[in-house]
Amino acid sequence: MTVPSSPDWRDEVFAALKAAEIRQVGYVPDAGHARLIERVQAAPQIRAVPLTTEEEGIALAAGAWLGGQRAALLMQSSGVGNCINMLSLAKACRFPLTMLVTMRGEWAEFNPWQVAMGSKTQAALELMDVLVYRVEAENDAAPTVAAALDIAFNGGLVTAVLLAQRLIGAKRWVK
Amino acid sequence: MNAPRSNQPRLERRAAIRVLLAERGDLLVVTGLGSTTYDAASLGDDERNFYLWGAMGGAAMVGLGVAIARPDRPVLVVTGDGDTLMGLGALATIGVQAPPNLAIAVFDNGRYAETGMQASHTDSAVDLVGVARSCGIAAAYDIADEAALAEFANRVQRKEQTLFGRVAILADEPPRVLPPRDGVLLKHRFRRATGVE
Repeated sequence: MTVPSSPDWRDEVFAALKAAEIRQVGYVPDAGHARLIERVQAAPQIRAVPLTTEEEGIALAAGAWLGGQRAALLMQSSGVGNCINMLSLAKACRFPLTMLVTMRGEWAEFNPWQVAMGSKTQAALELMDVLVYRVEAENDAAPTVAAALDIAFNGGLVTAVLLAQRLIGAKRWVK
Repeated sequence: MNAPRSNQPRLERRAAIRVLLAERGDLLVVTGLGSTTYDAASLGDDERNFYLWGAMGGAAMVGLGVAIARPDRPVLVVTGDGDTLMGLGALATIGVQAPPNLAIAVFDNGRYAETGMQASHTDSAVDLVGVARSCGIAAAYDIADEAALAEFANRVQRKEQTLFGRVAILADEPPRVLPPRDGVLLKHRFRRATGVE
């Protein structure tokens, strides 16, 4: 793990979700999202919805919008592959949605099984016409998430922010 | 292979949807792709229905998103056994969230009617009521007659706890009634009809 600077970029990302009036956050846990998940769970105005698989979140977000609320999803890059067919729901109906994706299978990856999906995450999203942004530096994280939320909810688009493995820090395998 | 459950009493699906939506009040309805969408449309198109024409496995989760966003309104998902089986994890997710205003009615004919009546897993081994209960949805019922279905519909309106109803229906194919397929239209009119746009 990198030593967090002050203020922590992950707290700034949470602030961006709050500023965009996100009311439902679906997630499949990832170590890279752990702090953000804790903040979401502690926020009285946000409903935290743990999912069994990531595509549930695409459908959840569609329902949220039908009911007048905004939703965001948190997942690891391996989960993007699970979402592909369900993204047709967002595309056919132009449901707005922002996905925050922590990357595996790239910088300093220990586990080669993560590489297959991690190396194709951006291409898979773009195949379904998701607008993809990538963040490598701490200072860029919150502004990029804010921009991705802005265009998603103003334009009826699905956007994804890929949080690079170098930003999050490689997973420690020997504890 | 477990033996087929083909000898149990079953409802005609169009009769079932009539009972379920007879006194819908301000009920919001999400239907799964295929036959349950035609069933809902057979009662007349309604802007408070959101029909899925794809996204198989997604109906219950769309219902969950609506139910969380609109705690003031009862929300009913009407879908089939195939859609439910494809998104079985959604029942676990809904069991954890336990929204009191969400009900799921699964029209279970043990068949994939849309694709040629092939057997689904509920035709033999899988008991969806047991699955729902195991996922924490305690109010889960096996429904095979109109009186029980009417009581279920009544409970949906009360918004007291998450409900699951497995409705045993005949494996027949009544004439299709096709509502609009334009997803953007369905989205906007649902939101306008329910006052969020």
